[in-house]
Amino acid sequence: MTDLVQQPSAGDVTSEPARGGMADHFRDYVRRVRLGDLGSLPIIVGLVFIAVIFQSQNSAFLSSRNFVNLVVQMAGLTTIAIGVVFVLLLGEIDLSVGYVSATASVILARLLLNDWPWYVAVAVGVCVALVIGLVQGLIISKAGVPSFVVTLAGFLVWNGVVLIIIGGLGTVVIQDRTIVGVANTFLPAAVGYAVAAVLVAGYAAVLVLRTRSRARDGLPTAPMSLLGLRIAGLAVLGLGAVYAANLSRGVPLVGVLVMLLLVGWSFVANRTRFGRHVYAVGGNAEAARRAGINVDRIRVAVFMISSTMAALGGIVLASRLRSVDTAAGGGNLLLNSIAAAVIGGTSLFGGRGKVSNALLGALVIASVDNGMGLLGLSSGAKFVVTGLVLLAAVVVDSFSRRGRSQRGMA
Amino acid sequence: MADSPILELRGVSKSFGAVQALTRVDFAVRAGEVMALVGDNGAGKSTLIKCIGGIHPADGGEVRFEDRTVTISSPKDSSALGIEIVYQDLALCDNLDIVQNMFLGRERLSSFARLDETAMERAAMQTLASLSVTTVRSVRQTVAGLSGGQRQSVAVAKAVMWNSTVVILDEPTAALGVAQTRQVLDLVQRLGEKGLGVVLISHNLHDVFEVADRICVLRLGQKVAEFDAAATNQQEVVEAITAGKVEQVPGMATEATA
Repeated sequence: MTDLVQQPSAGDVTSEPARGGMADHFRDYVRRVRLGDLGSLPIIVGLVFIAVIFQSQNSAFLSSRNFVNLVVQMAGLTTIAIGVVFVLLLGEIDLSVGYVSATASVILARLLLNDWPWYVAVAVGVCVALVIGLVQGLIISKAGVPSFVVTLAGFLVWNGVVLIIIGGLGTVVIQDRTIVGVANTFLPAAVGYAVAAVLVAGYAAVLVLRTRSRARDGLPTAPMSLLGLRIAGLAVLGLGAVYAANLSRGVPLVGVLVMLLLVGWSFVANRTRFGRHVYAVGGNAEAARRAGINVDRIRVAVFMISSTMAALGGIVLASRLRSVDTAAGGGNLLLNSIAAAVIGGTSLFGGRGKVSNALLGALVIASVDNGMGLLGLSSGAKFVVTGLVLLAAVVVDSFSRRGRSQRGMA
Repeated sequence: MADSPILELRGVSKSFGAVQALTRVDFAVRAGEVMALVGDNGAGKSTLIKCIGGIHPADGGEVRFEDRTVTISSPKDSSALGIEIVYQDLALCDNLDIVQNMFLGRERLSSFARLDETAMERAAMQTLASLSVTTVRSVRQTVAGLSGGQRQSVAVAKAVMWNSTVVILDEPTAALGVAQTRQVLDLVQRLGEKGLGVVLISHNLHDVFEVADRICVLRLGQKVAEFDAAATNQQEVVEAITAGKVEQVPGMATEATA
């Protein structure tokens, strides 16, 4: 404890990551993992585990054909889960996302049926979702009703609205080529590589520019070798994925759209004032209020984000099925989207999580679902396994959080 | 300048319904001085700082800031004057790092509405260095990982970063161990040396005597004594806290003569 009273020597305050080479960074990472700051490690281990198990049972699991299928299957879930991540960051819950997604897609489908242009139909569906989020958010923040109850009511109301709008039709078929194309378009091989190259180049540019601006301001920076390794890692991952997809039908357009959503919302969460305030409200609402943050406005905005992302996810799902029926938004869509965010590593108690958690969590859920389907197992078995994965994710999080709080890192 | 108070309260009163929480209190703090505010529970210390902070605006009396009469009717008014209050619960977000906490609600932006992280990190490091807070390993670690003393330091640094002129610390050492208390008291002293007016609220007279230049004693909502810390001792202050002569006690007329 003697270091606590050491005498001042200006400039001693440093910022992480500490100046040093790769080895220091690696040691620092190992130290953080051992202290319980696991990051995405458990989920990556879990994904490898899932891949090995299913691949050993059915060699079609890791085929390029199945990879492309998986990307299309998980797109809608990932999109909805991005919105759920924001709600969980506040420490709130949104149980209405499943049927809000269905409401938006059924409105879209009905408008398309009446020969409205696709962009107007999408705009109307998204606007309806925005209004739903606004109303639910206002009731939660102004009337002080717990979000669990308000969105549970929303769950029932929007389920009813879906059934009313579909009416006697049973199933509304979507024939608009643009909307159907969202989930059923595959990019030519060259375009797929170009997209991956742009993504990697953009990532590299952001990293290098940030490092240079930090260096210019005399702040400690990560070593160039680490940056190189990260960029190379993304390049291998991105180009490898494109290569695998090109062996089959090619990169699904919807995969690129989901990546754009992930990048865009990650930017909002990490690099903007609004995102910072979301984390602050989720961490300590009273501190946020005293810092002059309009907590109610943040809450309302986040519920609008979750409804809007639900609507976009609903459109993706409708596009994949080329129709909307009375079962839309039902089943386990809601629970899977919340489970995706949580399995991905977002805390249910607010303040901790990342937008990219939605992707990792959805990947786990879709992989289990897809793999069990390949094995021809019943949906009962699927539920059991998905449930156990969710439980494992939460238990790992709970242990790592306990490890952190014991060491004062909460 | 050193002799005219930077913040002065003249005859400030405050009542909550029938309860007279403050009765014509005079209180002043000069730039570069640590003014301790002591008193038993219910003496009116918290009410007084809430009047200054604009949370409970005063009913009567005059508040003067840099020799001008000012009206403080909301927390915004007081922070516009450069008065910052560090409350006992510190109001930090555990999940955010030190820089993020210090700039919370006042983030700096660069192009495209992006947060200007490098500018904020540099300013945070400069502020911490100017306060000689050297015990934090990194300004990019989350507040959850800090000790009580380090948290207090971050909360104080957050308060002084905004060109504040008066910093009010509410029981900054209440929950701290010996080494951390030392750290915070050093920090309090440094704030005074930087030329800020510092108001220190504390129950711990030992701490008060260590850093305070003057000591103001409240009892039953009235100021019963003001001491020059160098010219008094703990016993005298304790007497004032427990049995200082109050001019009038609403509804308790006999106590005044006790």
